[in-house]
Amino acid sequence: MNDAGKKFVSWFADLSLADRPTVGGKSASLGELTRAGILVPPGFAVTTSAFEAFLSCMDPTGEVRREIGALDPADTAEVAAVGERVRRRIRSASVPEDVAALIRDGYRQLSGRGAACPVAVRSSATSEDSESASFAGLQDTYLWTLGEEQLVARVLDCWASLYNSESITYRLRLGLPEDQLAMAVVVQVMVDAECAGVMFTRSPTTGDKSVIVIEGSWGLGSCIVNGEVTPDRYVVNKVTGEVTNRKVSSKAVRHVPDRSGGGVQEQPVEDERCELPSLDDATIGRLWTIARQVEKHYGCPQDIEWAVSATDGEVYLLQSRPETVWSSKDREPRAKPAAKPYDHLIALMSARKNQP
Amino acid sequence: MTSKSKGRPFPLPSEIGPVPGTEGWEDMYPYFTRVQPGDDEIFWFYNSMHFPEPMPAFDAVTAEVPYTAMGANTTRIFAFPATLGVAYRIINGRVYITAHAVTDPAEIERRTEVFNKRAGYYFENWDELYAKWEKKMLALIKEVDSIEVPELGEFDDESAVMEARGIGQNHFAREGYHRCINLFSTMWHHHFEFLMLGYGAYLVFFQFCKKAFPEIPDQTVARMVAGIDILMFQADDKLKELAQLAVDLGVDDMFEDGADPNRVLKALEAAGDKGRKWIDALDKIRHPWFNISVGDGFYHYHRSWDDDRTVPFSAISGFISRIRSGEDILRKTEALRAERKRIAEEYRELLDTEEEKIAFDQMLGLCHRVFPYVEDHKFYCEHWFTTRFYAKMREFGDLLVRVGLLTDREDIFQLNRNEVEDALVDAMLAWAAGSEPLGAEHWRELVARRRDILAKFAAWEAPIAIGPMPEHLEDPAVQMLWGITSETLKSWSLAPDKVNPKELHGFAASPGIVEGIARVVKNVNDIGQVREGDILVSPVTTPSWGPVFPKIKAAVSDIGGTMSHAAIVAREYGMPAVVGTGRATKRIVTGQRLRVDGDNGIVTILD
Repeated sequence: MNDAGKKFVSWFADLSLADRPTVGGKSASLGELTRAGILVPPGFAVTTSAFEAFLSCMDPTGEVRREIGALDPADTAEVAAVGERVRRRIRSASVPEDVAALIRDGYRQLSGRGAACPVAVRSSATSEDSESASFAGLQDTYLWTLGEEQLVARVLDCWASLYNSESITYRLRLGLPEDQLAMAVVVQVMVDAECAGVMFTRSPTTGDKSVIVIEGSWGLGSCIVNGEVTPDRYVVNKVTGEVTNRKVSSKAVRHVPDRSGGGVQEQPVEDERCELPSLDDATIGRLWTIARQVEKHYGCPQDIEWAVSATDGEVYLLQSRPETVWSSKDREPRAKPAAKPYDHLIALMSARKNQP
Repeated sequence: MTSKSKGRPFPLPSEIGPVPGTEGWEDMYPYFTRVQPGDDEIFWFYNSMHFPEPMPAFDAVTAEVPYTAMGANTTRIFAFPATLGVAYRIINGRVYITAHAVTDPAEIERRTEVFNKRAGYYFENWDELYAKWEKKMLALIKEVDSIEVPELGEFDDESAVMEARGIGQNHFAREGYHRCINLFSTMWHHHFEFLMLGYGAYLVFFQFCKKAFPEIPDQTVARMVAGIDILMFQADDKLKELAQLAVDLGVDDMFEDGADPNRVLKALEAAGDKGRKWIDALDKIRHPWFNISVGDGFYHYHRSWDDDRTVPFSAISGFISRIRSGEDILRKTEALRAERKRIAEEYRELLDTEEEKIAFDQMLGLCHRVFPYVEDHKFYCEHWFTTRFYAKMREFGDLLVRVGLLTDREDIFQLNRNEVEDALVDAMLAWAAGSEPLGAEHWRELVARRRDILAKFAAWEAPIAIGPMPEHLEDPAVQMLWGITSETLKSWSLAPDKVNPKELHGFAASPGIVEGIARVVKNVNDIGQVREGDILVSPVTTPSWGPVFPKIKAAVSDIGGTMSHAAIVAREYGMPAVVGTGRATKRIVTGQRLRVDGDNGIVTILD
């Protein structure tokens, strides 16, 4: 807690969606789901206040924000040059000691009495101005981070990534003011995944809300997210739980943790496992249950990242965010009430006019 | 269904030659079933769903009469706006059909007005009219049973004199035969009385679900609609009760898988009180519950459970082994009903707008209103009535055997509708003249010749469709009854070299994937060959195949539409099913290892 009474670190278990402005969408959502009883790997958010504290320490006059805000998004060379300079400045600065101490303390709690615990460090940018701006994939994520010092450095890297060219251009184009921009960092225990993937509680291809599409592959989910493997694909009926379609792909590579120095590395999958389905029916059933729970909790379709732990065999939910592509499309109702139920039949039977 | 053809995936009617050795087969069927000049311009498809086998001469009435009744209903009685009736031809013993449609918008509009009033009346008064319908059907069944086939003995009955009947009993040979045919026709008209409206209501809901939920499986739509207490399930329940009774009485050892039912019955009789008790219980449920044809009533030799107990006894032995393994075999109707309700409610909740939810309620409500009829009419019509009809025809067969015109009662079915009358008249004249009938040799030769023709027809591989490929086929009636759409035609027309010979595609009717050994059952009479753990491969899967489902691992069929009842049964038993594969019974042989993928509708031959 700093002087102004603001929290620099907030545990998922204490968060709900209402905390989005101070912890970012990812942590708020993970907190919400943790409290809803869904199995989420534990973690905490380094709050936007921590970022503010850092920034006012490094740049007390607000020079960085003014300079970025004045850029022309069309001038890519200038955006790149200024961004590069700011990022270097951030990386060479240090995290304020009170913030760093809280991060270290949080990490120690995650590790418990055991060895250094691997964590994922993710950027989570938000803007007070725009609830709908997703900033998805614009800032950095660091997987399998090990040890207190590496973690603190990664937090700094995340903050710096707010000033990469893509992120700057995105905000300038949307006209989001720099001084309303906030940046939180998510620190979450990483699951050593036997298999992992994503799932959509609304079909990405047809927009059908009655199916759950699950994609899975061997190892960590980053392999799918980065598009380095064609995952197995399962279509599950949301209502009945029946698997209505399964397509098992050849999965030649997987991502595994680099256990010596941290980070992840690509590895070939053993020949005999490439063609094997990454999910069995029981796991599909567990994912189905989680997908229904999460969607019911939020009341709208979700895109979810998940992993099956190689350590305890449990299915963990890593991320969940509202589906945006289909939900933003307006469409005509598929049918309207009729005066009498059988009017629907009359209409259908007299509709066929262009029969060759 | 006329159209310009683009390429020629199917042969033209005129290009189909006779099967060698069957010359003159046309005489088996009425002249109006023959290919006409101009038929080459029309698209026809083989109705293998209802007529999977060549038609014996008499059995051709099972095409003629239903099509007379169905078209009357759609074209004239209710005046469906765009749907007329069906025309058919018989080619090498197979029934090819084409659906007639109205395409002129002005005519559709005119018909819509008539349809609106008439269909509206039936929907408004559905429950009351349906209750009347059931009474009519029971009366028809009673009447066909009551027809007396005359003895034609030495003297007429004394009653001809004492009651001053004044009519010789030979008169009643023809009259009774005409009554049989007339009752058969009456039954088929009633069969269609509610059916097209009922199927239409289902199609409305089906199409809405497909629009709102593009990936919804057909069978999930059917599941929201399907009845829980339908008569065919009740018949199944009776068999379960008999299985339970056999276990309770300790006579279950006699029901070995594949045992000859007559031997089982003899063993039961020999087993004293316990066996007697079981047989009494069987006799109590025989009528109506054993009046179920192993087919759909379209062939005289698809015998009923009462004629040939192979199917029900095989089912009973399957149930017994499940009871022994501690399973509770009774259908959990309450749970099924609750699950059906939950599924419908959850789908409803997934709809975006209140308007859609109200429309959903209306459409589903309409389906629930019509479905008792849609599902139960078959029991009354195709099974119960038709079983009694064939039984009565066999009595006429017995008469013709008595007077020396036929050698076997079954021979009567080798004569067509008019020839049966000719033979009866021959018998009537001979009885009156005090002489021998004249046709014994004629009919003997004809029967032998026709049996030979049918055997040759059976080996003929009938084209799945003939005539020019239509550019579109979006006929609701065709989709409702046969599950055929433009998509289906496209898959039928694929050149054989583009088809993987080890793979068959069809409708994914019930999910899951299993591997196992194929049991190809081309003729339902051979259904007794099915053994525990087989994958059943059959031309059709009608409700009457239901009893073997407890024994099999998966089901595959040549034909099956969205209304396929067997798929619902498969789902209840939780086994994969792929229906409508087109050629499964031709490409697969018994003993081959198969993979049935009920999720994707693919059957793979693994050997």
